[in-house]
Amino acid sequence: MKSRNELKNYQNEQHNFKLRLGVLGLVVLTAFSLLAIRFYFLQIYRYDYYQTLAENNRISIVPITPNRGLISDRNGVILAHNFFVYTLEITPSKVKNLAATIADIAQLVEVSPSDLKRFNKLKSESHNFESVPLRTHLNEIEAAKFAVNRYRFPGIELKSRLFRHYPLGKQGAHLVGYIGRINDKDLTKLAANDVLSNYKGTDHIGKSGIEEHYEAQLHGTTGFQQVEIDADGKAVRILSSKAPTSGSNLILSTDSKLQEIAETAFGERRGALVAIKPSTGEVLAFVSMPTFDSNLFVGGIDVENWKLLNESLDKPLINRPLRGVYPPGSTFKPFAALAGLENGKRKPPFSISDAGYFMLPRSSHRYRDWKPGGHGNVDMRRAITISCDTFFYGLAMELGIERLSSFVRHFGFGKKSGVDIAGEVGGLMPTPEWKMRRFKQPWYMGETVIVGIGQGYTLATPMQLAQATAILANKGVAMRPRLVAAITDAKTGISQATQTVISDKISLDETNLEIVKLGMIDVTLPGGTAASVGANAGYSVAAKTGTAQVIGMKQNEKYNANLIAERHRDHALFIAYAPAEDPKIALAVIVENGGHGGSAAGPIARKVMDYYLLGKLPEVELPKANVLVKPNENLAPVDPPVNAPVVEHYD
Amino acid sequence: MISQLLQNIFKHIDAFLMGCLLFTMLIGLFVLYSASGQSFERISAQLVNISVALSLMWLVANIQPQHLERIAPALYLFGILLLIAVEIFGHISHGAQRWLNLGIIKIQPSEIMRIAVPMMLAWFFAKRETSPRFTDFAIAALLLLIPVALIMKQPDLGTALLICASGIFVIFLAGLSWKFIVGGMVLAGALMPIFWSMLHGYQRKRIEILLDPAQDPLGAGYHTIQATIALGSGGTTGKGWLNGTQAQLDFLPERTTDFIFAVFGEEFGLAGNLILLTLFSLIIMRGLVIAAQAKSTFTRLLAASITLTFFTYAFVNMGMVSGILPVVGVPLPLISYGGTSMVTLLLGFGILMSIQTHKKLVASG
Repeated sequence: MKSRNELKNYQNEQHNFKLRLGVLGLVVLTAFSLLAIRFYFLQIYRYDYYQTLAENNRISIVPITPNRGLISDRNGVILAHNFFVYTLEITPSKVKNLAATIADIAQLVEVSPSDLKRFNKLKSESHNFESVPLRTHLNEIEAAKFAVNRYRFPGIELKSRLFRHYPLGKQGAHLVGYIGRINDKDLTKLAANDVLSNYKGTDHIGKSGIEEHYEAQLHGTTGFQQVEIDADGKAVRILSSKAPTSGSNLILSTDSKLQEIAETAFGERRGALVAIKPSTGEVLAFVSMPTFDSNLFVGGIDVENWKLLNESLDKPLINRPLRGVYPPGSTFKPFAALAGLENGKRKPPFSISDAGYFMLPRSSHRYRDWKPGGHGNVDMRRAITISCDTFFYGLAMELGIERLSSFVRHFGFGKKSGVDIAGEVGGLMPTPEWKMRRFKQPWYMGETVIVGIGQGYTLATPMQLAQATAILANKGVAMRPRLVAAITDAKTGISQATQTVISDKISLDETNLEIVKLGMIDVTLPGGTAASVGANAGYSVAAKTGTAQVIGMKQNEKYNANLIAERHRDHALFIAYAPAEDPKIALAVIVENGGHGGSAAGPIARKVMDYYLLGKLPEVELPKANVLVKPNENLAPVDPPVNAPVVEHYD
Repeated sequence: MISQLLQNIFKHIDAFLMGCLLFTMLIGLFVLYSASGQSFERISAQLVNISVALSLMWLVANIQPQHLERIAPALYLFGILLLIAVEIFGHISHGAQRWLNLGIIKIQPSEIMRIAVPMMLAWFFAKRETSPRFTDFAIAALLLLIPVALIMKQPDLGTALLICASGIFVIFLAGLSWKFIVGGMVLAGALMPIFWSMLHGYQRKRIEILLDPAQDPLGAGYHTIQATIALGSGGTTGKGWLNGTQAQLDFLPERTTDFIFAVFGEEFGLAGNLILLTLFSLIIMRGLVIAAQAKSTFTRLLAASITLTFFTYAFVNMGMVSGILPVVGVPLPLISYGGTSMVTLLLGFGILMSIQTHKKLVASG
């Protein structure tokens, strides 16, 4: 019974199998018939069409480069746009005697030595079969002259190309950035992002600033034409085409008038300024001085200008707001103050009697205040106003480095702000673990003491200082700073605002915030370290001055004794937000080797705040009387920590 | 004496199948000569590939199917372990982790799985004493999906899809109820978006471009456009051997491997294409006959799966070149240049021959 059953199953199974095999056989037949039909369609029905394409002519696909998106400021002032220029381009592989040909061309069209140098530089950087510009910006007459003689110059083409232009030139160069020719490194990156085919026909790419960070949005989508080309490679007929899609336009949050005022206020001095709208994180001004003309880079920078920029002692190419790291000095004190208050270590009416120095327990070393003899009785508010070092030495010691460090991280110290531009560095907020990792050494109490006044290992970028001030003004809520306020789709014309992002949030006691705010307001009132900044302002300013010692000197700076003396002077720092009751702007200013923060950096900040809040520059000459001059506030001799390293750069 | 020896040597070779295979490979050599720009080096390298593959085929043809059945689970496990090893130590080749470098030789575990997966599934169903139930099919599906997922992750979409197909053939032929087949198709339709999200960016793009090759003529669409021009311009009888302008003038990409069919179609036209289709059909027919005549569940299922996977290869490749299927990296069987795929293919045919020629032994024993 059982065996019969199995036998039956077996037969059933075999029958089923054959049935299903038959079904699959039909599938095979259908699929191959489908192929045969497709072959018939291609090879018989459409034969003439493909025959024409393949035999008489060849099909070539010509990319059409999209227009790069425009960049404007918040008021619509154009910061970057495109225009057509004639360029004369050589494909080296198609030219037999390059030198002789160029000499021939020079008879027709002027070729300057710097053109030649740039050509040689670009040629060495590109492949032999790529066309390299010899002359750009040909005028109509030159273009016509060459066109008539074109037959004499195989391998040389007159092209009409879109050129990027930055109408404001030097203004905001670090912010807007520039584009440059695509190199091998760019190609690798494009390939990794799988967008290489979109760059056929494009030979420039964003290299720095907004141009780099928003490359994907600015570039657009490359269109193409399918053209028939004859034996000589000339286009005969367009078969099909697809128009390119222009890149999106960017609207920045910055105000170019404000930017101009800030840059003018710096004059010949080096430094940086960042202004932020605290409630949204919109960056209002982004200044790096000295600056350079972005237009120099578009066609490929010539050797002389490159040398000038790259070897200048002033380092104009460095993006100071983003990559310049400075000890925050006394501008750190409001944040240390808040740390002390929030941790319950300095509850009012706490005060100290300052004799002009601070000593650690069981140590005879004196950490001196900037004012010999001390300030007398000092409470928290006054400590901020007069920038009392002794007060903060003690505060830092009692708080301890871990608590201090983790508290101020909520204000962005020691981490990147996340602003939408590439290359930001994160500064440094030291901890014992960091020191052990970095130097394999334990942390010393003395190092905590000097962190209290923003010295020691502590380093911050101007971007970070401005962001910290903005967070303070916004009562502990950190809005991620951003430079692009809106992106306009070129096709639809619809503008989409970029997102306002809360990147961090720390809940703070209102009364503590009030103490720090009052201390900072007093800074700009008579008796404060920046009284001139608040004088006749018409709005209240909460601010803090700072002075940072210049730490390391670069080797190449030693050949000019006078210059060293100037460059040894302290950096002047200044942070502020205003109006203090309802902050609309928060900023940080650094003037390199500027001396004291209140007198060197403060007036720049005042001009920016005046324009932004009142729409004007300060009208009257600022009074010089009643200003407490406080030279070298941090030159108070602080013994360096054991084996103190020369701090240069932390990323 | 000598004739006896020859008879012994070729005892387990199926003459009809062998003839078709040799004829197709011969055509392949001619096409390769043209596609490689008349390179003797390529031809000799391919001859070495063919020789090695034929020797292995002969070897496998002489092994009794019962032995194959016995080693199926071990081979499957071994393959899975290698796939995991590739995942962990795999060294990057062509941007994808497919190869495992064992010092002396580099092996591609996904190729092992092309044989091991149908063997494993056939073994699994042969082991069931009653007719398979739903749970059996579920386990089979799992056995199939593990290697497919690992290979897809490499990422090697082409091989993953083909192995998936080979397993589905086994499951279908093992008697999966029509209810489930229809249900499965509906489910597959529903799961399409998930599958879509698992694909890599470039894989997605290729499928999108199939629907509209003109969308990206500078990038992925270029392959399809150039291949259809080459095929279409071949006409009825083709431009003649070595005379394909598209192929000879560097317009065609990957013309010795995945796109070799475009060279063939341009030079031999519709006539050549139909001859090739006929040859493939004969090979497939023979394979299906072997499957139908096979005596055990294991051999039946395995023979059918190997044959139908061969069909899938041919169809996917020709469909891709003629622009009706997306561009997935699948070579044209027996024609495209390449050692690994040739070895795997002929190993498969070796198994078919073994099944066909050991039938009497099974029946009597």
